Amino acid sequence: MFDLRRLWGGNRGSKEQAKERLQLILIHDRSSLSPELLDLIKKRILDVLTEFVEIDEQGLVVDLEQTDDASALITSIPIKAVRRNARLP
Amino acid sequence: MGKAIVVTSGKGGVGKTTTTANIGAGLAVLGHKVALVDADIGLRNLDLFMGLENRVVYHLVDVIEGRASWKKAIIRDKRMENLVLLPSAQARDKDSVTPRQMKQLINELKEEFDFVLLDCPAGIEGGFKNAVAGADQAIVVVNPEISSVRDADRVIGLLEAEEIKEIGLVVNRLKPNMVKRGEMLAIKDIVDLLAVNLLGIVPEDEGIVISSNKGEPIAFNHAAKAGLAFQNISRRLSGEEVPFVEWQDDDTFFSRLKKLFGIE
Repeated sequence: MFDLRRLWGGNRGSKEQAKERLQLILIHDRSSLSPELLDLIKKRILDVLTEFVEIDEQGLVVDLEQTDDASALITSIPIKAVRRNARLP
Repeated sequence: MGKAIVVTSGKGGVGKTTTTANIGAGLAVLGHKVALVDADIGLRNLDLFMGLENRVVYHLVDVIEGRASWKKAIIRDKRMENLVLLPSAQARDKDSVTPRQMKQLINELKEEFDFVLLDCPAGIEGGFKNAVAGADQAIVVVNPEISSVRDADRVIGLLEAEEIKEIGLVVNRLKPNMVKRGEMLAIKDIVDLLAVNLLGIVPEDEGIVISSNKGEPIAFNHAAKAGLAFQNISRRLSGEEVPFVEWQDDDTFFSRLKKLFGIE
């Protein structure tokens, strides 16, 4: 159909739409982590923490949460006990 | 010691093989020793673009599995003696090769050639990993179209994960008239979104289809727009500073007039 808005310059070319959609989707794509990478992150966190505290490894949760404009790593780490020999370096 | 450059895109059908053939031809015209490696195992096509399909005897998997040396398997281009092709296997599975084997082969080729260009299969699975394994740098081919840009972004992420830091972007099939009308992503938009260096812009050109029909890379043809675009890319790859051409469609009144009189 003939688009009047277009004639008056009220409508922008479809390129602007393409650009805006890509800007959003690329942010989303870039922030997603693969399951392998998430497992690696979990392992590294464990390595660091077990120096100081005893952790219930079964209860450890690491998840990536995404909303439209932000991502967050949400972790829950149940501690069994603090290591007696843990001290400041 | 030469450089190995993988030509990749993620998405299929954006012009990877055409780009590989033409940049290779362009580099050979400049006098470099060039080896083209078709790393798309199971879907051999680079031989067709180069017009060398009737001379294929041995292929990449034969070399990897030791049935032929690479020296025996390569096909020398009759138009340019410094340009060779290592064809891919057609009737083989893409898992016939491992990244380690590819890397070793590419390293051997780098000793002999200035440029080793790897034509990567579409996708990001095993075939991609094989093609990337031996590469020092990458060319990402993208069309000014949203799905192609998205896939290119994913591929750039994967290339960075493989420690390939030098990545050049080739925007292929640009339609200047559509950009002018605001109906196609412009070069600046794509470069901003993907945040990599621009290596070249290739305008849509019917000559590409004609040249693939004939098996003659368009980079051999100085008069063609796409031919000039690919030559410029090859010159940039060999270290020259070449300004980017502002492509325009030839449908202005004057260009039509010029065509009418056969000036162009």
